[in-house]
Amino acid sequence: MRQALVLGFVAAFAAGPWLQAVAQTEDPVAADFDKFRAVLEQDNPAELWEVKGEQLWKTPRGPKNASLEKCDLGLGPGVVKGAYAQMPRYFADVDRVMDAEARIVHCMITLQGFTYAELAKAPFSNATRTPDPVSIVTYVAAQSAGMKLAAPQNHAKEKATYAAGKEIFFYRAGTFDFSCASCHGVDGQRIRTQPLPNFTKPEQAIRSVQGWPGYRMTGGVMHTLQWRLNDCYRQQRFPEPGYASDTLSALLTYLTVNSNGQVYKGPGIKR
Amino acid sequence: MQQTRRSVMKAGGALGLLAVLGSTLLKPGRALAAWNKGAFEAKSAIDAMKALGMSNAEDSKDIVIRAPDIAENGAVVPIDVTSNIPGTTSISVFIEKNPFPYTGTFDFSQGAVPFVHLRAKLGESTPVRVVVAAGGKFYTAAKEVKVTIGGCGG
Amino acid sequence: MADPMKIRATLQGDVADVRVLMAHPMETGQRKQGGQAVPLHFIQSITAQLNGKTVFSADISQAISRNPVFAFKVKGAKAGDKIVITWKDNKGETRTDETTVRAGS
Repeated sequence: MRQALVLGFVAAFAAGPWLQAVAQTEDPVAADFDKFRAVLEQDNPAELWEVKGEQLWKTPRGPKNASLEKCDLGLGPGVVKGAYAQMPRYFADVDRVMDAEARIVHCMITLQGFTYAELAKAPFSNATRTPDPVSIVTYVAAQSAGMKLAAPQNHAKEKATYAAGKEIFFYRAGTFDFSCASCHGVDGQRIRTQPLPNFTKPEQAIRSVQGWPGYRMTGGVMHTLQWRLNDCYRQQRFPEPGYASDTLSALLTYLTVNSNGQVYKGPGIKR
Repeated sequence: MQQTRRSVMKAGGALGLLAVLGSTLLKPGRALAAWNKGAFEAKSAIDAMKALGMSNAEDSKDIVIRAPDIAENGAVVPIDVTSNIPGTTSISVFIEKNPFPYTGTFDFSQGAVPFVHLRAKLGESTPVRVVVAAGGKFYTAAKEVKVTIGGCGG
Repeated sequence: MADPMKIRATLQGDVADVRVLMAHPMETGQRKQGGQAVPLHFIQSITAQLNGKTVFSADISQAISRNPVFAFKVKGAKAGDKIVITWKDNKGETRTDETTVRAGS
C-alpha cells in the first residue's frame, strides 16, 4: 500500500509541475500564434536554405567530386519532387528503413565520399554555420510542399520499423522517467505557451512533422527533425541519440505514418 | 487594440515653442539624408522622436497597426503599418521598451503606397509606436505587444 | 559577398505587391558567442527602384529581425516591369538584386 502511494506520488510529481492541462478545443493564445506564424511563413527565411540546398544537390563535391543528382530518395535516382512526403521508407540497397536526412547523409557518403564521422561531428546549425545536410534536407523537403504525407507501410521492414518507433515513443527512461508519450501521448497538455499535441492521434500527429525542417526564430537558424528529436531527448534527460540513427528513423516512421494522408506544407517557421 | 497616447509635450513653455517651430521648419518627407545616428542611438522613444523633429505628433485613428497581441517569439515580431492619412510621406517605428527604440523610417514620398510589413526584435512586452508624416505634420498611434521570449539576446 | 535576396513582385491591379527576404545576420552587438559579444552588423538602408526610378526607401536599425523581410506596394506598375532592391549595411557592404513584376493570379 505504502509502496503504491510512494510510486503514485513520484509519478504525479514527475509529470505535475511541467505539464498543465488546458481545454483541448479552445486555446486562443495558441490559435493566435498559429495565425501570425502563417503570416511569417508567407516569406520564410527557410527559402534562403532551399536555394543553398539546391546548389549543394547539383554541385559536384567531396572526395569523389560528384553531385547528388544520382541519389535515390525512394522514387528513383535523382527524383526529388514528392520524395520527402514519402519518407521514411525501406531502401533495398541498405536493407533498412531510412528517414530523409539519414538517406541524404547516406548519399553524401556513397556518392560523394564524405564520411559519417565528419557529417555527424557537428550536425546541427548555429548562428554562423548551417551544416550541408540541413540545407539539402530543406531543399528536398520544399519539393514536397503541398503534397500528402504517404510514408509507405508495404514492406515487412517498414511495418516492423513502425512498431519499433511506437515502442520507442512509449519507452520511459532517464532521470525524469519520461517517454515521448509523457508530453505527447495525452490530449490537452501545454508547457508554458506551447501546446503539446498528442502524437498518437492522426489529427494531432501532423504537428510533429508539419513545419519541419523549420527556420527557428530563436537564434534565426535552420533545423531539421533530426535536431528536433535530439532536443526532445535532451529535454527528457535521455542520453543523446545517434545522428541519423535507426532509432530516429524508427521514431520518425511512427510519427509520419500517424500523419499520413494529411498535407505537408513544406519548410516552416518554428519558435 | 490601439491605445491613445498621452501627450508627449512636456510642460515648459520655451521647450514647447521650440518643438512647434521645429516641426514646421523640418520637412517631414524624406527626413533623413544620412542614417540618423542621433535618433537611432536615443535610449527613449521620446528622445528619438525629438531628434527626428517629431515631438509634436498628434494621436490619429487613421493609422492601422497590425501586430500580434502576444508574440510567440520576440525575435521575430511581424508588424504591418498602414497609414490612411492623406499625403503620407513616411512611417517611422519606435519600439518603446527596446534599448534603442527607434527602429526605422520608411519613405513613401516617391510612389510607394503608405503600407509596410516589417519584422522586428522586441526585447520585452512593449508598445509599438508609429509616427506618420503627412502634409507637413506628424501623427501617431501605438499598439501594445506582449512578449514571452525576449528577442534581443539570441 | 552576402547571399542573394529573394524578391517577389506580384501585380494586383496597377499596384505591385513587393516582398523581399534578405540574408543578413542583423547583429545587435548584444549577442554573445563563445563568451564574446558579436559586433554590431546590420543593414542600415534600403532602396527600391521601379524601372530605374526610386519608389521606396528606408533607414532601419539593428532591431529589425535577422534575415529581414519587408513588404511594400508600388503604384503604377505593369507586368514585366523591373524591381531592383539594394541594401547597405553599417560595414559598408552592399547587395543589389532584382526581379520582374508578374501578373497576379
